[in-house]
Amino acid sequence: MTDLISIARQFIEAIPHSRALGMVLETLGDGRAAVSMPYDLRFVGDPATGVLHGGAVSALMDTASGAAVMCHPTAPASTATLDLRIDYMRPATPGQRIVARAECHHVTRSIAFVRVTAYDEDQARPVAMGTGAFTLDRPR
Amino acid sequence: MKRPEPVQQVKDRRDGALRQLVEGVPYIGFLGIRFDRRGDELTALLPYDDSLIGNPALPALHGGVTAAFLEVAAIIELAWSVQWPAMEAGAAVGPLPKTIDFTVDFLRTGLPRDAYARARVVRSGRRYASVHVEAWQDNRARLYAQATGHFLMPPPSDDAPE
Repeated sequence: MTDLISIARQFIEAIPHSRALGMVLETLGDGRAAVSMPYDLRFVGDPATGVLHGGAVSALMDTASGAAVMCHPTAPASTATLDLRIDYMRPATPGQRIVARAECHHVTRSIAFVRVTAYDEDQARPVAMGTGAFTLDRPR
Repeated sequence: MKRPEPVQQVKDRRDGALRQLVEGVPYIGFLGIRFDRRGDELTALLPYDDSLIGNPALPALHGGVTAAFLEVAAIIELAWSVQWPAMEAGAAVGPLPKTIDFTVDFLRTGLPRDAYARARVVRSGRRYASVHVEAWQDNRARLYAQATGHFLMPPPSDDAPE
């Protein structure tokens, strides 16, 4: 299992844009994934407050969601985002790392459904929540 | 009759206001997004860069890049259109609207090339606004993504004229 995680971690960290945002795979398995991203001044959306841009949080949530699909027990060969809806519930606290936790809660023959929540250090109050539909390519 | 304002003065004012809106946001610079202006019409440009790739095997743009690009295009268009009368009157640009929710529809794979987006403010009220945005790459008619978002408008500043 540890090997699988380190392979998956290398896989995610090899995605150019995930690497550009400094993403790190925290946990993975059984249709669930957690991916984190550091606070970085380059990712700020509102310089007056130093709050991260929603787009950077979306990118993190999309990555975590894709990872959750890929580690679903049906072992998909590949996936791509079809639809992603994100509700921004509060500004992320400046200076804090963001973690997105995604769960692939249902799959059909060709679609995977995902729920994803993003937190800063306050685990009791999510920063954003999302739902997504992903394509699912079954292994041949 | 009042003489029309010199064209260069008009251009400088509008381009200056747009620059203030866009360059105030570090993340827009991080992604390399620029805006092309024709009168009051804006087109967002996302020049291709290797760091935008999400699937190196295809290769394809990262879904998060596309989502962020559309969100940036929507927010800037909304701020631009709402603040247009004040900017034309010479006022400094105000704060940006805040995203309440954003729904992205990924229609085609994002190819490793430049992308473009244009947003339309569907409804803009005193407190809330709804914006639709479309993105394409090689062909304007073949959208690769579209999105709808709701935004919270910044409270009017106290010194703003009624």
